[in-house]
Amino acid sequence: MAGSTLAFPSAERRAYSPWRETWRRYRRHKLAVVSAVLLAVLIAAVVFGPLVWHVSINDIDVNSRLEGPSLAHPFGTDDLGQDILARMIYGGRISLAVGLAAMLVSVIVGTLVGALAGMSRGALGHALMWLTDLFLSLPQLPLLLLLIYLFRDGLKAVFGPEGGIFILVVLVIGGLRWMPVARLVRAQFLSLREKEFVEAARALGASPLRQVVRHILPNAVGPVIIAGTIDVAAAIIAESTLSFLGLGFPPDTPTWGRLLYDAKDYLDIASHWALFPGGAIFIAVVSINFIGDGLRDALDARKVI
Amino acid sequence: MGQYVLRRLLIAVPSLLGISLVLFVVLALAPGDPFSELATNPNVPPEVALALRAKFGLDDPIYLRYLHWLLAMAQGDWGFSFVSRMDVDTLILQRLPTTLYVIGSAQLLALLIAIPVGVYAATRPYSIFDQIANTFAFIGFSLPTFFTGILFILIFSVTLDWLPLVYTTDINATGVQWLIEELRQAIMPVVVLGLFQAASMTRFVRSAMLDVIRLDYVTTARAKGLGQTRVIVKHVMRNAMIPVVTLVALQMPAVFGGAIVTEQIFRIPGIGSLLISSILANDTPVVMAVTFVFACLVVFFNLAADVLYGWLDPRISLR
Repeated sequence: MAGSTLAFPSAERRAYSPWRETWRRYRRHKLAVVSAVLLAVLIAAVVFGPLVWHVSINDIDVNSRLEGPSLAHPFGTDDLGQDILARMIYGGRISLAVGLAAMLVSVIVGTLVGALAGMSRGALGHALMWLTDLFLSLPQLPLLLLLIYLFRDGLKAVFGPEGGIFILVVLVIGGLRWMPVARLVRAQFLSLREKEFVEAARALGASPLRQVVRHILPNAVGPVIIAGTIDVAAAIIAESTLSFLGLGFPPDTPTWGRLLYDAKDYLDIASHWALFPGGAIFIAVVSINFIGDGLRDALDARKVI
Repeated sequence: MGQYVLRRLLIAVPSLLGISLVLFVVLALAPGDPFSELATNPNVPPEVALALRAKFGLDDPIYLRYLHWLLAMAQGDWGFSFVSRMDVDTLILQRLPTTLYVIGSAQLLALLIAIPVGVYAATRPYSIFDQIANTFAFIGFSLPTFFTGILFILIFSVTLDWLPLVYTTDINATGVQWLIEELRQAIMPVVVLGLFQAASMTRFVRSAMLDVIRLDYVTTARAKGLGQTRVIVKHVMRNAMIPVVTLVALQMPAVFGGAIVTEQIFRIPGIGSLLISSILANDTPVVMAVTFVFACLVVFFNLAADVLYGWLDPRISLR
């Protein structure tokens, strides 16, 4: 095989590293590239925004209530005259941080469960898959609401109002979204563990842990990256939904969903108040979803549910 | 087939039990219980509080409490709502039809959009139509229902004033007028929920069609000289719909999530808005019961999908 590769025309091309090859394929998906730029701009605005825009999020100005966009307030003001741009920059940090952290939780739990189920040949694998299917048939939003309802006060007392809710929301959203990752990882593991290179490693005396970490997991990482990307979008939607229902972060924490919740009673006189945060959620979610689609093309993974 | 249905039913029972166990453990792990207020109330002597706890079995081991709770739920004794001053099961039965009506119409609308669009896009992959449909589907499921709901209210109620803002159950009209009003107020919630579902469904239909359309038997059907419509409808669609049924069933939890949000936005008196209002009012029996009803509905729809799957694909029921 090694000697014959030169005969292929592709061998004439410069040898690319796998990541470079991935980037080359990703670039072909125009919308994914545009989305990556959009998301980068959004993250930069949220992270570096306060350096440029010095207005405080709690400045109450009764003389300029519910004003539309102007030079002083580019995104207008709310019913207390607070600056919506400043509040969106602050809330965006939380919304995006929740998305990323919840994704990490779901990817870690999903990979662990999937790897265990994929490596075990006995009852453990079956039990884990039964658990995965059980979690898949749980109604997520009602359960999310129930968990927040039951544990809100306890965690608030331990970690403070904002920190407690952050931990709760991240753990609960991540804890209810690991199942697709677990299924993907298990499916990958089932086929990879029978491949020759894993058998070779086993023959050389590699421990099961080393087989998994050095040989199987690196080959199963593509689908996990794609699922993780989409999980970020889903977690952002879940957090915004909670805030929109008035059950997420405390009222003085202006996450994007919370801004929408506050704005929904003033639609007729101050539509800008709802449109800007809603637009921000939409741009974040749609660009992350397109990035996921681009990565699917780039990493060439088949779609598994 | 009968045996297959029976087997599916027997699988549904453990998952219902599993869900009830998850719900109960969550409730038991949560800090505080119904009598925690008694402990801090100076008017209640500690021995009375302890006697009450013993009477209602709060100090029993957790498996006994779970069994008690499960038996009570199975007998239809779902507790009493402190806020609405009525039995929880009556309250839920009052609200459930509205929710099922909205969800059902939305699913119907989603199917009516997704199947034609998905099938047409799959017969012309990577054409302009396919690309536009694909982009719209992406935008569709990236738009959260609460934002589309607000946009719809803003456009159709506030700006154009075509549709009523709030859903009411007691419309002040009779006959045809009543029917028209009923339909007008259902349009926005159903369309919001239906479009969201249609977006992901379109992608399922398209990819399922593309998987089947490449198979040899389709080429054979074409080679026999059958027309395009006949090949697509009779030969491809029948097989392509099989995985779609499962995917649609797997979407059901998301549908209920969307229903809660839409009910809240349009103030529809269904069980979703009941859940939110009971959470805000700390009405634990109702919160637990509504969550359990949602779980039952999900299990029921999964069962229905499995049965439908067995009917569409007889090979499954023979295994």
